[in-house]
Amino acid sequence: MSRRVGIEVSLAVAEAVGLCDVDVIAAYPITPQTHIVEHLSELVAEGHLDAEFIPVESEHSAMSACVGSSAAGARTFTSTSSQGYALMSEICYIASTLRLPIVMAVANRAISAPISIWNDHADLMYARDAGWIQLVSENGQEAVDLTFMAFRIAEDKRVSLPVQVNLDGFIMSHVIEPIFLPDAQEVKQFLPPFEPLLRLDPEKPITIGPVGMPDVYTEARKAHDEILKASKPIIGEVFDEFEKQFGRRYKIIETYKIEDAETVIVAMGSLSQTAATAIDAMRQRGVKVGMASIRLFRPFPAAELVEAIGKAKNLVLLDRATVFAGGEISGPVALEVKSALFDRGLSPKTANFLVGIGGRDVTGQNFEEMVERVVTAQKGDLPPYEFINVRE
Amino acid sequence: MGIASEALKNFKGFSLKNMPEVEPLSPGHRACQGCGEVLALRQAMKAIGSNVVVCSATGCMEIITSPFPQTAWRVPWIHVAFENAAAVVSGVEAAYKAMNRKKIINQPEVTFLAYGGDGATADIGLQALSGALERGHNFVYLCLDNEAYMNTGIQRSSSTPFGASTTTSPPGRKSSGQATWKKNLPKIAVAHGIPYVATASPAYPVDLMNKVKKASLVPGPAYVHIYSPCPTGWRCGLDESLEVARLAVETKVFPLYEVIDGKYFLSRKPSNPRPITAYFKPQRRFRHLKEDEVAGIQSIVDDEYNDLLCRCGI
Ligand SMILES: Cc1ncc(C[n+]2csc(CCOP(=O)(O)OP(=O)(O)O)c2C)c(N)n1
Ligand code: SF4
Ligand SMILES: [Mg+2]
Repeated sequence: MSRRVGIEVSLAVAEAVGLCDVDVIAAYPITPQTHIVEHLSELVAEGHLDAEFIPVESEHSAMSACVGSSAAGARTFTSTSSQGYALMSEICYIASTLRLPIVMAVANRAISAPISIWNDHADLMYARDAGWIQLVSENGQEAVDLTFMAFRIAEDKRVSLPVQVNLDGFIMSHVIEPIFLPDAQEVKQFLPPFEPLLRLDPEKPITIGPVGMPDVYTEARKAHDEILKASKPIIGEVFDEFEKQFGRRYKIIETYKIEDAETVIVAMGSLSQTAATAIDAMRQRGVKVGMASIRLFRPFPAAELVEAIGKAKNLVLLDRATVFAGGEISGPVALEVKSALFDRGLSPKTANFLVGIGGRDVTGQNFEEMVERVVTAQKGDLPPYEFINVRE
Repeated sequence: MGIASEALKNFKGFSLKNMPEVEPLSPGHRACQGCGEVLALRQAMKAIGSNVVVCSATGCMEIITSPFPQTAWRVPWIHVAFENAAAVVSGVEAAYKAMNRKKIINQPEVTFLAYGGDGATADIGLQALSGALERGHNFVYLCLDNEAYMNTGIQRSSSTPFGASTTTSPPGRKSSGQATWKKNLPKIAVAHGIPYVATASPAYPVDLMNKVKKASLVPGPAYVHIYSPCPTGWRCGLDESLEVARLAVETKVFPLYEVIDGKYFLSRKPSNPRPITAYFKPQRRFRHLKEDEVAGIQSIVDDEYNDLLCRCGI
């Protein structure tokens, strides 16, 4: 039986990982991820979770140990943020092409310099080309549910790829929320035991991670790309299965009051929750505004997104990360959205805002201003992107 | 009795009469002719046998054994990156531990082995190695020391000996080659308080195999530092690898010893140590050294050797 508890989201994520009965956790502390791994070591120390907790000496070794563990056939978890992701990134790229179904929670945080422990999506964006599946949660319940689903997706033999569960640092990770936690039996029913495609086993020796000469490298990368592409419908399947068992509906693109919306906000992560409140307020004044929220950033669900936003006249595209591209193109999320629209011959009026960077608050008022801006501006007058809430 | 001595008290060892036939690392790999590093690795693998998972660092031994779709490995083998073999093996070992305990598998006897070159071990991977040694995983680490980054074209490492010419420590008007003394990795390993540390050389195959075997038998981390002659990088004759390796021991440049539960044991005492010039002579990497430089090196080699004898209680 699920029980509803008031719990800090980080602890709830750790509980979820425990319920998935992981075999190995290798992690290194970094704010705001710390509470997740602290609670996991507690679960192991108390004997609530039968797993090896490897207190590695760096994130680089965390991901390296995860690769070894997963390749040996163990259900494997890690978690990090920001600089930690940056340090392990070399190995993240390898983990994915080696097709290792590691699950990693990323408590999203800005990247140095200046050093900042506060939230934005710089680490999520840093990770976008690493060949992982990237799921994004908007609140604690979603972070927990997506953790269960992440293992199921990752370990599906048709996928066998590592999966990231993103949750906004502090805004989510350190907040106490009422959360439904299923019991171990329910999770077991949803998540079958991990059966690796191949494992490092002296009884059946295999070579993993060989040299790829030019005559095979392209094929290896294409194979990885094909698998990532093929994972999207399977992710949808897992969302359906989850709903069947637990009654909570997840969609690759979530929408809010979008049916008749002339202006659509495209958001990702906990911003969507603030946006929804702002949309309610604007709707009361008769502004036809709605929202599409990106649940899956990699593989990028262009078709689902365009289906959701394709009829809108105006788009507010939000990026929670800075870009250093010279100022003449948009932020990373906006670029993906625009590319998806362009490929389908659509060119609504778009404005791209860089918001909530390094822990800067984003208010309901900000959403109203952004909507106002795209509605009133002439098409063609809008810059590739604008910072919001910045002191001049 | 310490844990290593306890585990080794009935150790029989190999001899020339009972060499195992198993070849976990098969012939047909792509090492250069006369490569002493792959010879050392082959000997080590013979000692370990087939019930093993091997984690490789990037470097010559990775490149030459794994050009997809071929592999020289008859045992499970994984290569991930340059600096993380010790971290990867930590994960493999932890996975086996957890899965055995949880009865997901029943393979309690598997050996976990990681190896890297001197660059992978002394430089870029030192942190990962230190972490794995400190955490106490049950694994064997082999440092295959050919005293430079050979795979990328003979650049210096912190394990390159003083005076040696490499592509990034070239002798010149303002340089006599490598300007720093070789980092003492076995000593660093010993400082971690691990049960077993040894040095070995493919010129003494039985000794090497026994040490690697012992390393696999002690519970916890074990470190074996293996002298690995590289004719390509050292610019000696293709048939001179083993001769140079023997000279390294006879000139006290690379002494063979074990450190069991923190106690030092000399494995081989050259009865009539030869001068370092005998060692330098076949190797063109030392050819530029002047007499006074050689004398300076000789006196440090002597000091270090005497210090080792002291630690061995000799
Ligand atoms: C992070 C990283 N930096 C640099 C390299 C390039 N690189 C590959 S192997 C190597 C040198 C290997 O030297 P060593 O560990 O001594 O092994 P050897 O080839 O001499 O056996 C270098 C510099 C790399 N692959 N990864
Ligand atoms: S370069 Fe040296 S170490 Fe590398 S394969 Fe050739 S001989 Fe062996
Ligand atoms: Mg080397």
